[in-house]
Amino acid sequence: RLGSVRGVLVSSPPGRRARLSSPGTGRSSSEAREELRRRLLGLIEGNRVMIFSKSYCPHCTRVVWNPFNVFTYLSFYSSDDGANVQEMLSEITNQRTVPNIFVNKVHMGGCDRTFQAHQSGLLQKLLQEDSTYDYDLIVIGGGSGGLACAQEAAILGKKVMVLDFVVPSPQGTSWGLGGTCVNVGCVPKKLMHQAALLGQALNDSRKFGWEYGQQVKHNWETMTEAIQNHISSLNWGHRLSLREKSVDYVNSYGEFVEHHRIKATNRKGQETSYTAAKFVIATGERPRYLGIQGDKEYCITSDDLFSLPYCPGKTLVVGASYVALECAGVLTGLGLDVTVMVRSVLLRGFDQEMAERVGSYMEQHGVKFLRKFIPVMVKQLEKGSPGKLKVVAKSTEGPETIEGVYNTVLLAIGRDSCTRKMGLDKIGVKINKKTGKIPVNDVEQTNVPYVYAVGDILEGKLELTPVAIQAGKLLARRLFGGCLEKCDYINVPTTVFTPLEYGCCGLSEEKAIEVYKKENLEVYHTFFWPLEWTVAGRDNNTCYAKIICNKFDNYRVIGFHVLGPNAGEVTQGFAAAMKCGLTKQLLDDTIGIHPTCGEVFTTLEITKSSGLDITQKGC
Amino acid sequence: WEWAGRQDYNLLVIGGGSGGLACAKEAAQLGMKVAVVDYVEPSPRGTRWGLGGTCVNVGCIPKKLIHQAALLGGMIRDAPHYGWDVAQPVLHDWRKMAEAVQNYVKSLNWGHRVQLQDRKVKYFNIKASFVNEHTICGVTKGGKETLLSAEHIVIATGGRPRYPTHIEGALEYGITSDDIFWLKESPGKTLVVGASYVALECAGFLTGLGLDTTVMMRSIPLRGFDQQMSSLVTAYMASQGTRFLKHCTPSRVQKLPDGQLQVTWEDLTSGKENMGTFSTVLWAIGRIPETRSLNLENAGINTNPNSQKILVDAQEATSVPHIYAIGDVAEGRPELTPTAIMAGKLLARRLYGQSLDVMDYSNVPTTVFTPLEYGCVGLSEEEAMARHGEEHVEVYHAYYKPLEFTVAERDASQCYIKMVCLRKPPQLVLGLHFLGPNAGEVTQGFALGIKCGASYEQVMRTVGIHPTCAEEVAKLRISKRSGLDPTVTGCG
Repeated sequence: RLGSVRGVLVSSPPGRRARLSSPGTGRSSSEAREELRRRLLGLIEGNRVMIFSKSYCPHCTRVVWNPFNVFTYLSFYSSDDGANVQEMLSEITNQRTVPNIFVNKVHMGGCDRTFQAHQSGLLQKLLQEDSTYDYDLIVIGGGSGGLACAQEAAILGKKVMVLDFVVPSPQGTSWGLGGTCVNVGCVPKKLMHQAALLGQALNDSRKFGWEYGQQVKHNWETMTEAIQNHISSLNWGHRLSLREKSVDYVNSYGEFVEHHRIKATNRKGQETSYTAAKFVIATGERPRYLGIQGDKEYCITSDDLFSLPYCPGKTLVVGASYVALECAGVLTGLGLDVTVMVRSVLLRGFDQEMAERVGSYMEQHGVKFLRKFIPVMVKQLEKGSPGKLKVVAKSTEGPETIEGVYNTVLLAIGRDSCTRKMGLDKIGVKINKKTGKIPVNDVEQTNVPYVYAVGDILEGKLELTPVAIQAGKLLARRLFGGCLEKCDYINVPTTVFTPLEYGCCGLSEEKAIEVYKKENLEVYHTFFWPLEWTVAGRDNNTCYAKIICNKFDNYRVIGFHVLGPNAGEVTQGFAAAMKCGLTKQLLDDTIGIHPTCGEVFTTLEITKSSGLDITQKGC
Repeated sequence: WEWAGRQDYNLLVIGGGSGGLACAKEAAQLGMKVAVVDYVEPSPRGTRWGLGGTCVNVGCIPKKLIHQAALLGGMIRDAPHYGWDVAQPVLHDWRKMAEAVQNYVKSLNWGHRVQLQDRKVKYFNIKASFVNEHTICGVTKGGKETLLSAEHIVIATGGRPRYPTHIEGALEYGITSDDIFWLKESPGKTLVVGASYVALECAGFLTGLGLDTTVMMRSIPLRGFDQQMSSLVTAYMASQGTRFLKHCTPSRVQKLPDGQLQVTWEDLTSGKENMGTFSTVLWAIGRIPETRSLNLENAGINTNPNSQKILVDAQEATSVPHIYAIGDVAEGRPELTPTAIMAGKLLARRLYGQSLDVMDYSNVPTTVFTPLEYGCVGLSEEEAMARHGEEHVEVYHAYYKPLEFTVAERDASQCYIKMVCLRKPPQLVLGLHFLGPNAGEVTQGFALGIKCGASYEQVMRTVGIHPTCAEEVAKLRISKRSGLDPTVTGCG
């Protein structure tokens, strides 16, 4: 009996089956083969005991059901490319038959040889052999994705280290553990957005009978201090959480020096080195600079804004990303003079009708837009907090140049992956030369089988905190928990926290047309007037709801878009419904909650193609 | 009895509230000749209002607007934490708010009139009663009588607040939700009697507007709702300054020489009598259907003798096949505007549009707009246990802290989410309960998920929107059965 062995077989819960889905279509066969090899090596590396089998094979059943009921095994009987798997396995092992068994990455052979190995004690020895690495897992980057992955791995009993190091921004801003979201992203952004919304609420409140002194001023320092205090508590919470789960945290910059080995350099320049069986890269991104005269010296980015020790004053925001529009919205809401310089379209990648509506609401509420200009030079006129900067910009369409004077110039033109200075070339991890992003397969594995990546640095994936968290957690569970669930990047909802919030899930109208053709789609839309806005005397025919349905799939909802207050709160539940196959009929059958904004989606009647008027008249 | 073609109208709707108007407009859209009769009997305090029924005039609309006024008060208190310098003192002017709210309601009354006109629905401001099963008699304010007949009649007269019958001074001095939204002056120190959602919502916004407010309840709050959620709702209200007199029942209301109202009540726990003085006493002890003056017996329409509500079948038909009842007046229906609207529309489509769709009254989502809002859909925990047995139910839950509460230093002790599921995989979701800001907005989408037959796993596979309160629903990992601590641990 192998009963005594069980104690060390901690890698996988009982009877889990890994399943190989066939790789994406339309790729060359050599690419597909390379992909398959990578997957198989990953499975072999990732599992203490790996049994490749066919479910009808009696010998396989013997191994699987005999002593090994605690391993991951793979049945490719039902797999589309079973033949390919078998071929690849024979290439790797010179064995064509099944079961094909690996123990602790060592090829055992088939059923008989495995039982022989058990009798000779080799199997036990292999299973008991301690890892020669310092850690089971090292995660590079202590942001949302990295921390989630590290903690999940630790919960599963693994020895885990997290390396996190914040390289100060060109303006010298730096922060604590937790990554972009906590320090210079979602959290401070939403809190400042809330500050701006409260400014609007103060205006509204007088209409609702509240009375207080006419003069209401905003104090930037009070706000940022309160926000930074909250962030510090979150940083501390993350530290504590790592400690509780016995994850080693090192505040050092990580670089690969050789296979399975990383060099960690701390703030003082002291170097240490660690090894691990597996690595997860989760280094995220940092704001991009323009590469023009004066940009790094005088401009700030979202890395600096949320902890800026002084009110930025008259501000030029360069860019039309959601970061740009959110920052511009916040600053305007706090009463500052704000101009947004846009090279081409707003919110690239988002539904363009919605993007334009977001922009036009901002414009109506005091944000100035300079379209089709790009800055060419930033010059300091006066030092100070804030100082005075002269910006020269040129038209993207002709020779025209313009000049403007601002207290602050905020660049929000995009973000660059932090992947180029971490020795990935030393171990052969491929990155996209142009973008710096890391291509991975559908299990977040890079081309080097023991190296994985999650979060914003992934090529072609979404740059969102909850996605990174989900991906990180699931990755840890697949690597160490015998779980097979992959991160689903489809129908991920998101919300842009512009002054009028924009929530969406699924496809933009443009993308839907591209994929399904216009004639196969029906778009339902309407304006709506939040009840709270009526008495407040705020704009009618501004808030807007739109769904995109596929006529030939039971009017399934493939795109959901809402522009209005609390768009994030509204969108979340609909995203859950889309996961369950939401159709127009189901929307119609659902009773609204009255009076809310969300209920508008249960009474959508007007199609875009009908051209009917969607403006609201009174009630 | 040859009536075909001899009636004045194809459809006559009694009651111009949400359900009645929706039904009338839909029928007119389908080419029918339609009349709506509506008449607001003044409240005992003399309050009256225009077309649109309870929701528009004395329900959802003014309620949510005044709730918003109260929320804005909270935001004014939050604002300094976010850097806004708001000069003290901050005062609230009831008169100004009430005027703004009332003006908006009047614009809706007008809008309803215009909509009926646009769709060629004849509107009569008369009080209706049945003469026979195809004819009603309507009486105008001035006492003039009109007879109207129709092939189909829909009763959608709704309900009105109930006054206690055996409490001295209740009717003379008390007001109800029919009056509160139309008060020109602040109600001042108020006693709210009752534990219905109307009672708690009114008490909540009065407290939020800075008024000294007490709720007196005989037994449990929000009967019929999940009781754990209900107690959290009242706990939050108490933390915001609403006083609660539990297990108490009023016995007498007297007017003092200075105009104040002296209320005497019995404490059911101690058996002692207590007294207190209030400016306003608001009864919110339930509602009674408006069926008494309809002379239903003339048409042979059956009612439930206890509830006085009209008995209906799945097609909304009463005991008389061509007479229907929808909305709050119909027995066993949820008393909610959107259900009445949908029921009215579907009824018109069945009658005149060749549709067969009947109203599905299951999994109707709703939200109670108490200071901390409570949104729910599906079964309460108690109901799920009763229907499926405790061992077959799994409840996932979590306390959470809305991001906006942190900087504002607000207490989030009652922000709580609970998902009631079947225990057996795939763990079908039976009910969702959400207590927190914007609960209505959060709940709406999930109501669809539950309608689609969402499983716990499907909801968990939904990626969150960060940072929102709604994302917490997609992160419910702790089951009650596990006994693990469901309180927030800072982050993650």
